[in-house]
Amino acid sequence: MKILVAVKRVIDYNVKVRVKADGSGVETSNVKMSMNPFDEIAVEEALRLKEAGTAEEIVAVSMGIDRCQETIRTALAMGADRGILVQTEEELEPLAVAKLLKALVERESPGLVIVGKQAIDGDHSETGQMLAAILGWPQGTFASKLEFETDSVNVTREVDGGLEIVKLKLPAVITTDLRLNEPRFASLPNIMKAKKKPMETLTPAELGVDVTPRVTVVEVVEPPKRKAGIRVESVQALVEKLRNEAKVI
Amino acid sequence: MDFTLSHEQQLIVETVRSFVERELYPHELEVERTDRVTPELAKNIKRKALEAGLYAANMPEALGGGGLDAVSMALMERELGRASMALQMLVARPSNILQACEGEQIDEYLLPTIRGERLECLAMTEPGAGSDLRSMSTRADADGDDYVINGTKHFISHADLADYVVLFAATGEEQTARGPKKKITAFLVDKGIEGFSVRDGYHSVSHRGYHNSILEFDDCRVPASKVLGDVHCGFDVANEWLSATRLQIAAMCVGRGQRALELCTEWAANRRQFGQPIGRFQGTSFKLADMAMELKAAELMTLETAWRLDRGTMRDEDAAMAKLYATEMLARLTDDAVQIFGGMGLMDELPLERLWRDARVERIWEGTSEIQRHIISRALLRPHES
Repeated sequence: MKILVAVKRVIDYNVKVRVKADGSGVETSNVKMSMNPFDEIAVEEALRLKEAGTAEEIVAVSMGIDRCQETIRTALAMGADRGILVQTEEELEPLAVAKLLKALVERESPGLVIVGKQAIDGDHSETGQMLAAILGWPQGTFASKLEFETDSVNVTREVDGGLEIVKLKLPAVITTDLRLNEPRFASLPNIMKAKKKPMETLTPAELGVDVTPRVTVVEVVEPPKRKAGIRVESVQALVEKLRNEAKVI
Repeated sequence: MDFTLSHEQQLIVETVRSFVERELYPHELEVERTDRVTPELAKNIKRKALEAGLYAANMPEALGGGGLDAVSMALMERELGRASMALQMLVARPSNILQACEGEQIDEYLLPTIRGERLECLAMTEPGAGSDLRSMSTRADADGDDYVINGTKHFISHADLADYVVLFAATGEEQTARGPKKKITAFLVDKGIEGFSVRDGYHSVSHRGYHNSILEFDDCRVPASKVLGDVHCGFDVANEWLSATRLQIAAMCVGRGQRALELCTEWAANRRQFGQPIGRFQGTSFKLADMAMELKAAELMTLETAWRLDRGTMRDEDAAMAKLYATEMLARLTDDAVQIFGGMGLMDELPLERLWRDARVERIWEGTSEIQRHIISRALLRPHES
């Protein structure tokens, strides 16, 4: 089985994100960029499936500007076999990404697509679901455990109140949750090997996908600063404030 | 000039940083308080370092090492340097001097050390021979096909963990214009052989959990096959292979300085006194600015020296300057860092007091600051002397 893994270049999770002065978005110049942490989990899961003999090849895919190559190289350094960059300057929305992934699925015919449950920049949590929908494939979202059978996979999902196990027929789309695994370090030998692994660059036009944005960002603002708390004199005063000011009781 | 790191170098930095944060930081406090790394913990860290391919990263790929060039190695040392010495030394960088191994020495010492099956230590210093190494009194006398070693070495780092020692001993004396001069030879000596004993050394204020030992040789007999390099050429072997050690110290100091500065910046931005963050007071903010500037200077010197080493143009004074500046920078930086934190800076709940204590030895070992200044000034003056 071949696995397609999508890896997104996002602002590093350690960076304190700042809104651009003109409110058009967040500051990304001179900011450390990394692979979306949920995508690292996706790569790790694919690697484990390959090590277990369930998969033979792992293709890491990223979309966006030229420098997304670095994110693919990181996946290759973790152990993925080859990379595909869909290069565009266009700001990609989840639907566009899903369509591009669909086009790649048609080219590559993988038995499984693993993507992060969401990217930590836009927090959309839409791409995996949209991809499954437009492919007509089953989806196992927010996966915390995968168990493979001959032509199906049991996906354990973390839902409110417990765990839900769904059985999907392959091929399928999986989106990863935090507890699926703990991603490995890119080992030194693999870092050295990564450069020699093949990487293909395509454009949305070559894949026949229109990626024109359909959503306009009106304004990006910082969250309002939290006001300092106050001390109340008595329980009565607290109850009064909770009832009349906060209106929570 | 292009200062851009390659993507491989960036990934190496990221991998080593994650390794340090995930596998080493969590054990630092315990090591500081107990002054020891438990054998189980040491075994675990070593196994993980081997798995991540970080073990023996400095050794050539053809010998099973990581094959990193000097710049990549300096970056790796910088990241490892952030963690306590006792823990980060478990991600071993075998001494380059082992590359002088020949014949059976390769299979017996070099290769198993790269694989993590053996561990070496280096023994030069003696109670009576510190900076003046050539005055060493440990001697190896030729006796048929053997050498008989007598003498005492001290301050021998991690000799407690090592299973063999690269020993420097006098094998003769020659007459020079400036008087008699000892001829030094390097030997590979296994621990546990007759006439060689290792006992506990002193308790250092720096690098807790990373111990020094005293080595005693009493008619210890080793065959001539244990000579590393050529007889009487011990210092040539050392000079050829150990120049990178000063660079290693410089790089580790930069990493430690970065960690201290990160802690300070965070603290200065959030700690409020007199109604505002202390970083708004120039007493604090100017300190931060100086720390950042000196750190950058030390890092540039270190990386430029590493770059020279890769190109074969590194001079003794380059490594001396990098080591001297980075170690003295770290002393100033960690002292200011403790000052910015106030009382909390002295408590072992934060790594600052450790960084401050650990900084002290860096100006002493691998050539004191005075020896480094001597090397630099000698290089300056020599061309002008008649």
